[in-house]
Amino acid sequence: MSDSDIVQDFLIESYENLDRLDRDLIELEKNPQDIDALAGVFRTIHTIKGTCGFLGFSKLETIAHAGENLLSRLRDHQLALSPEITTALLTMVDAVRQMLKAIETSGQDGDNDYPELRDNLARLQTPADEPAFILTNEKAALVGEVAKNVDTEASALLSQAEVKLPDGSSALLPTEGRTRDASAETIRVGVNLLDRLMTMVGELVLARNQLLQFTDTLEHNELHTASQRLNLIATELQEQVMKTRMQPIGNLWSQYPRTVRDVALGCGKQVEIEMDGKDTELDKTIIESIKDPLTHLVRNAVDHGIEAPELRIKVGKPPAGRILLRAYHEGGQVIIEICDDGAGLDLERIRTKAVARGLLDGPHAAQMSERELSQLIFVPGFSTAEQITNVSGRGVGMDVVKTNIERIGGVVDVQSVSGKGTTIRVKIPLTLAIIPALIVRCEGERYAIPQVNLLELVRLEAERDSKRIEMVHGAPVYRLRGRLLPLVYLKRELKSNLRDSTATATEESEVELPDFALARQKHQAWIERLRQVMEGKITISAGEAGSAKGCDLGKWLYSFGLKQYMGVPEIHSLEQAHKQFHESVRDFVTTHAAGMKSRDQGEFDIIATMSQQIVALLTQVEKRVLEAQAVSIVVLQADDRQFGLVVDEIHDSQEIVVKPLRKQLNVAKTFAGSSIMGDGRVALILDVLGLARRANAVTEDHDHRESDKCRASNDSGKKQTFLLFSGPDDSRMAIPLSTVARLEEFALSQVEPSGNQWVAQYRGQILPLIRLDSVLDERRRTSRNKRALPPENSGTLQVLVLNQGGKSVGLVVERILDIVEDVALIRSPATRAAVLYSAVIGKRVTELLDIAAVLKAAERGSATCANSARVAAGAN
Amino acid sequence: MPQSSQFCTFYLEKLLFGVELKGVQEVIRSLITTDVPLAPDAVAGLMNLRGQIVTAIDLRQRLALPPRSGDSAPMNVVIRSEEGAVSLLVDAVGDVVEVDHGTFEPPPDTLQGKVRHLILGVHKLPGCLLHVLDVERACRMAEDEVAVVGH
Repeated sequence: MSDSDIVQDFLIESYENLDRLDRDLIELEKNPQDIDALAGVFRTIHTIKGTCGFLGFSKLETIAHAGENLLSRLRDHQLALSPEITTALLTMVDAVRQMLKAIETSGQDGDNDYPELRDNLARLQTPADEPAFILTNEKAALVGEVAKNVDTEASALLSQAEVKLPDGSSALLPTEGRTRDASAETIRVGVNLLDRLMTMVGELVLARNQLLQFTDTLEHNELHTASQRLNLIATELQEQVMKTRMQPIGNLWSQYPRTVRDVALGCGKQVEIEMDGKDTELDKTIIESIKDPLTHLVRNAVDHGIEAPELRIKVGKPPAGRILLRAYHEGGQVIIEICDDGAGLDLERIRTKAVARGLLDGPHAAQMSERELSQLIFVPGFSTAEQITNVSGRGVGMDVVKTNIERIGGVVDVQSVSGKGTTIRVKIPLTLAIIPALIVRCEGERYAIPQVNLLELVRLEAERDSKRIEMVHGAPVYRLRGRLLPLVYLKRELKSNLRDSTATATEESEVELPDFALARQKHQAWIERLRQVMEGKITISAGEAGSAKGCDLGKWLYSFGLKQYMGVPEIHSLEQAHKQFHESVRDFVTTHAAGMKSRDQGEFDIIATMSQQIVALLTQVEKRVLEAQAVSIVVLQADDRQFGLVVDEIHDSQEIVVKPLRKQLNVAKTFAGSSIMGDGRVALILDVLGLARRANAVTEDHDHRESDKCRASNDSGKKQTFLLFSGPDDSRMAIPLSTVARLEEFALSQVEPSGNQWVAQYRGQILPLIRLDSVLDERRRTSRNKRALPPENSGTLQVLVLNQGGKSVGLVVERILDIVEDVALIRSPATRAAVLYSAVIGKRVTELLDIAAVLKAAERGSATCANSARVAAGAN
Repeated sequence: MPQSSQFCTFYLEKLLFGVELKGVQEVIRSLITTDVPLAPDAVAGLMNLRGQIVTAIDLRQRLALPPRSGDSAPMNVVIRSEEGAVSLLVDAVGDVVEVDHGTFEPPPDTLQGKVRHLILGVHKLPGCLLHVLDVERACRMAEDEVAVVGH
């Protein structure tokens, strides 16, 4: 073992010891009579001192020595433990920790030799008062024995450095025998090695699956038995290896008594901490990632949650507040609760604060439920702390907690009862390494969607439901139980070059389909006709017999079907059978006409069989075509918003092992990682949030913007009268009737150009006319170049005269449809400029026009008008 | 400083290339790859190499050579890199050669374009030139390429 290995082991060992010191000191403070705790503390510090003396870290040794001296006074009951002494000892622990960090990075124990701390530790050795407790002789002897044992153990540490010393129990009995037993039970293993083991086991399971599939096809008893055994062993092995990564949450919690003590002392509160479910196990990576958020929540509970002692006494509570940490498993997830018995959230203050910060407006805030209000504490920049302390109140915190927990697929929730306390519930997955995921297929590749993002699956069968995908100006939406669900086509999102193409879902869904029933009927009818030919009742010429390319089915097949459904094997058989059928029919009628009637019956039978075959194939093709036409929607949740992801196929859900993806492969942040599927191939895991962002289903500031717009327009729930009209591309639009001054019809001859604007003389004024498509952010570029021209197709223009602030503007629309009264409750955010939102008005999806944007556009129009006039003048 | 080093050689469009042997994990026949949509063009996909997910890089694409003809399967030269293993797709694998440092020359000034950054230089072997690939650069997609794909 090299020197650096010894140092490394010393560091790991000492960090653990320091954590235990924190715990033991807090324990000791609570219960100063606890001989075992005192023995433990003394022993730990002595070990550190001994080892670092041996390794030559003199500064560290000095500090530890000062601490040990103070402790020995306590042990010899010459001193009573006071909060001051505890604080000094804890500070010493911190100093030692600092020095260990320095050793870890630089190999030296740092420049700081903490003179103040040393003085303080020395000063405290002089007893201020009488000792508060007297050790009995028996106990004193025990402590003395501890000290002796410790000396031998410090040197023993070096000889057995690669074997971990026990740290299980806090009250250590100084019997050497027990120490050895425990150290034989645990060894320290690198996480890298465990990860590699996991990988290998994963592969073993895959190999086993392949072997099982193969042996199932064979009749070989011994092989079956052997592969069954392999099966069981591999399963068990996988479970056990998984377990090696699990750690009890108690490991993380053990630092909280110290945290709580420090924070409570800092803000003059008394707080007790209790823990329930310390043994609840979590994956190591999860423990790492919840460490900071959880610590923040605990600090918050002390600083914000628990009231000052005087206040507590006033409301009849015990002066010491209580914080309960609870952890338990529930439905494959781990729930962690942080409960305090403090004052609870001050909902009124949250409400006022939210309004003051401009997060809410007054009437809306008044309507919010308690639950909604309490969720506001997770909004960035929100803090109700009256005084900014060094712990909390800076307005960063809860939102970061929420983000961090959501990053690992967790959920955080707050419940509060005024005067009784607050409970924060954190729900997190057991492990990040293996997650349940839904496997979908798109363009031939499989993708995994983490189950945490999944809400439900919707399948729209071709004929019946495909109409239920509606367009809000080119943006597909689906009505899911009366709410508009924006749809994102995975196919399109995964193609970088097609992002700007104008291909819309309509073009994809409006696929030409042949009338399968009619085709079946027609091809069956041939049999009857041929029978009549055979019986001499009718005659058919070879021309009438039809060609494979001539009949309706043939036309569809050759123009469209074969191309579109190339991957459907049945369609190729159908094409072959269909071609043969028509050839045979023609042969039949020609030979019949030529008078070779003897062969009729045989030929007829063959044709009849062919016809049956075609009918059967048609049915199969129809099924496949309809299946291909059906739409599979995966309803997903990202950032409190829902969207539907349209995929080609939905497979089953399964547990997948998550493997990281190289950053450079994931420039678009569309993937969360990769995984190996059962057949050994790699599949990518979709990053639902990233995908939503990419498809603009969720934007960074979407929530605020959308709710602002919804609120600005009307008080939801009240009936409003809307004027319905059709905009460009027949899109259905509406504005509140109250904003319309008059409806006018202008003859085209009344419209005159003025600069690059069109105007009409109207009631002694010049009324600027705005074409709707010039205001809307057009997706279809073709209409853009026609923008400035008045429509040629009709002799009159339908104009809505809008009057605002003394100015009138004429809005040219395609057609005025109707005036309806509706609530417009069902809404989805706008997909283009100058639209407030889309809503269901008069039972159809309608876009609500943003009048302000229209008026702004009118002003812009006159500005450009003035500019062009100036340019014209300059040219002259 | 040793006077010679070992190179794992391979062919691309009949040109002889080489990477330092110590960075090579293994050489294998072609594996099934999974496409990575939206990734840079040179990424041929992901492969499962005994449980290790390996990024396959199409060296022809990376070195601006014409694409491989449809029927020939590429070979994989698996390289250890900082961010996990990377496989370079090459036409065929050659011998391991030991070359003397004295035979090395930097690329001529007339070699321009993005390929210049990917070739450290050549070793003058008897009868042919051994192009020394800058593996780190070849595995790391250039910033500008990433920017184009990333919008």
